[in-house]
Amino acid sequence: MGNQQFLADKIRTQEYHLNMGPQHPATHGVMRMVLKLDGEEIRDVEPVMGYIHRSIEKMSEHITYKQIIHLTDRLDYLSSHQNNEAVALLVEKATGIEVNDRIKVIRTIMSELSRIASHQLWWAVMGMDTGALTTFFYGFRDRELINDIFEETCGSRLTMNYSVIGGVRYDLHENFVKRVKDFIVHFRKKLPEYDQLLSNNVIFRKRTEGIGILTKEQVIAFGMNGPTARASGFVCDIRKKIPYSAYDRVHFEEIMATEGDAFARYKVRILEMWESMRIIEQLIDDIPEGEFKVKTKAVIKLPAGEHLQRVETARGDFGVYAISDGKKNPFRLKFRSPSFANMHGLNKMSEGTKIADLVVNFSTIDVVVPDIDR
Amino acid sequence: MTANKTIITDFLVDQMQMPVDIAFWVEIVVVAAVYLGVFALLGLFLVWMERRAAAFFQQRLGPNRRGPAGLFQTIADALKLVSKEITGTEKRDKFLYTIAPYFVIVTALMALAVLPFSQELQAFDINLGVFFITSVSSVAVIGIFLAGWASNNKFSLLGGMRSGIQMISYELSIGMVIVAMTVLTGTLQLSEIISFQQEHGWSIWSGHIPAIIGFMIFMIAGTAESNRTPFDLVEAESELGSGYHSEYSGMNFAYYFLAEFVNMFIISAMVVILFFGGWLSPFGITDGIPYVGVFWFVFKTLGVVMLMMWFRWTFPRFRIDQLLTLEWKYLIPISMVNIVFMALVVWLGLTF
Amino acid sequence: MSYFGDIASATKTLISGMKITGRYFFVNFFTRKEIITVEYPDNIDTLKMFDRFRGEIVMYHDENNQHRCDACTMCEIACPNGSIEIIWDKAINEETGKPKKFLEEHIYHLEMCTMCGLCIEACPADAIMWGQNFHHATQDRSHLTKSLNQPGSSFIPGYKNPKK
Ligand code: SF4
Ligand code: SF4
Repeated sequence: MGNQQFLADKIRTQEYHLNMGPQHPATHGVMRMVLKLDGEEIRDVEPVMGYIHRSIEKMSEHITYKQIIHLTDRLDYLSSHQNNEAVALLVEKATGIEVNDRIKVIRTIMSELSRIASHQLWWAVMGMDTGALTTFFYGFRDRELINDIFEETCGSRLTMNYSVIGGVRYDLHENFVKRVKDFIVHFRKKLPEYDQLLSNNVIFRKRTEGIGILTKEQVIAFGMNGPTARASGFVCDIRKKIPYSAYDRVHFEEIMATEGDAFARYKVRILEMWESMRIIEQLIDDIPEGEFKVKTKAVIKLPAGEHLQRVETARGDFGVYAISDGKKNPFRLKFRSPSFANMHGLNKMSEGTKIADLVVNFSTIDVVVPDIDR
Repeated sequence: MTANKTIITDFLVDQMQMPVDIAFWVEIVVVAAVYLGVFALLGLFLVWMERRAAAFFQQRLGPNRRGPAGLFQTIADALKLVSKEITGTEKRDKFLYTIAPYFVIVTALMALAVLPFSQELQAFDINLGVFFITSVSSVAVIGIFLAGWASNNKFSLLGGMRSGIQMISYELSIGMVIVAMTVLTGTLQLSEIISFQQEHGWSIWSGHIPAIIGFMIFMIAGTAESNRTPFDLVEAESELGSGYHSEYSGMNFAYYFLAEFVNMFIISAMVVILFFGGWLSPFGITDGIPYVGVFWFVFKTLGVVMLMMWFRWTFPRFRIDQLLTLEWKYLIPISMVNIVFMALVVWLGLTF
Repeated sequence: MSYFGDIASATKTLISGMKITGRYFFVNFFTRKEIITVEYPDNIDTLKMFDRFRGEIVMYHDENNQHRCDACTMCEIACPNGSIEIIWDKAINEETGKPKKFLEEHIYHLEMCTMCGLCIEACPADAIMWGQNFHHATQDRSHLTKSLNQPGSSFIPGYKNPKK
């Protein structure tokens, strides 16, 4: 210790700023972080947002509720189905449209498939951020099967735009059930490979364990949610708390961890993939018969007042909050996006860590940049 | 000095009636040109091999359009790099920035020169061979460090600093493994090391346990020396963009790129020379035939290169402090003990 | 002896990772069985998109080069971003003697379209539908503004919209 003090007296060090992004491979898009560094050690991280701001909330004020749905695809493009569903559920709840069981089950299966797909992509990129480039391709290999399922039924791989007010856009494709079952058989075989390749790897464990620790209190204070918050022991799964669609009839566990470090966040997501497969397996065998879309009015107007709907996307609690003045377009629409809230934890996580840890932390909070900026 | 030299000079003096002095210089030029060609082709071949191997690891096909199995793809890439504009930052240190790549490339070339490709084919059989290779390749770090410094870019600078820390520390354990192996073989001259193995069997066999420990340490430290995953902190893509060569373009970048691959070849060749008998064939099946050694040498070296590629496409990357922990807390103590262990083994005559 | 225990367990995890990648490497090296990528431009003849794939909006034309669009402009209204412009005119219908709308040009701005499908849903006559073409790259932005009704096409005479 005395030795270090001696060095600190003799050697003049200087803090400097490093501009990570907006074009940087670790920032997963156009995110900019201004780092204050002392050598490799991080003193401060300042995320600078707004490089991909498209003012979707403002645009929504001028279009009808039907039309708003397709804009939500572009928020968190990895959970586009859940975003669509949120707006659809909001309008259905506000106008009293009752949807049948078939629609609820289809929406739930699609949500869980998107959750798996999103976590697969996250895993692929997580490996790449820590330097294991091969995980990128293995993650995409398995995600491709889900994308094919989506494309066959919804017509699109990423911006699904499948949920509409009062149902879903198309009926399930005839191959859907078979494909989903095939996928689950395939992925139950491949998911242990993820563990062998990355989770158990000693280098990866050393890189993630004990890094970027957030306590439960901090997580709540920052308003974080989703897998990121559950890794710190904050019970916040909307699927459990305020069940929507068919979540009240399936059995699943809310995956929790208490460590709050990067590896806990990693672990929660890997286990969530198992859990999502469990949910799908419970539903896929008997999808109820019925209409895939109930009849709605041609022009949908929300009753005047405030409306809120929350869903659990792959990133956490996604909320749609609408103030209506009784017209066919909202007076004000606000998306409460999970990435934006989770982003705030980054500064706290990075205290006293190295640049390499910042990349790991950024990767484990799993933000989608267009979801931050909206 | 070597058979190679006499062949060329004999040919020039006897057949072409050239004076001996001139023949000597002509020979130097010819050998230098040959090695430059080997350097370039080797680098390009290794790049192709890496891309192809990476593709198979990742369930892709890799380059397969240009030439048989995509062999000419890297040549096309090199041509593209030649034609590209050489850019750089505005406020760079022009002199250092320009000479930095040559440190790397010249040291790689010099190390290549002493490698014994076969009994007959060795350009320069210096009696301090192993020592020469290690000392020359430790100069390469200067090139990387200068590049990081002179680019006037903070990402490059971080990369350069990391490379300084990393390469200097890992050189220690490489050196210690070499000392241990020298205890076994009793010489530093590359050709002598191999002829020792010809008599006593490959070192990994005759030195058994300490040699295997040494081999493992050498593989780890060698991977770190050539800046490859899991030790590629110097150009950690997800952290520093491309690290020390962020600001290099065109041919200047290609120098770094080629030198990295040739360094990997040299490290693998060192592994083969020290542990796997260099150009010796397994069980001596083709030892009498001249020049077949080249095949065995290259074959074994590419095998070790393959192992390094396997590492690269499987493992995540270390963090800088973990990298140093691994070196100073694990590799150096173990390799120190290993020297004593090896000395004991040799002293007690426990070698095969 | 956790020092050596650490080394042993670390080596074990590293080798188990290498087993995974190694297996893929050797299978692919010898048989190419586990390759998951396709060689895109080469398989263009056999490449088939799913029926519901949303590539672009096209207008249905029958064998007589006739379409079902009666220029009702419902799609134009439904589109959230103004990707559709209907140019129509009125002509005297010979049967009834009343003036009736007919379609002059159905202009579709592919560069603005977000493939939301609202226009297709809104169209009462099923005159427009999804096309599966995805080769949209061009050298010039103006190529992306398309006229959906083919030149010289006409409305199917007497076509009654089933939904109206
Ligand atoms: S698909 Fe949507 S954006 Fe495209 S033209 Fe139709 S309504 Fe407009
Ligand atoms: S395409 Fe359909 S909705 Fe559009 S103008 Fe024609 S008939 Fe009307």
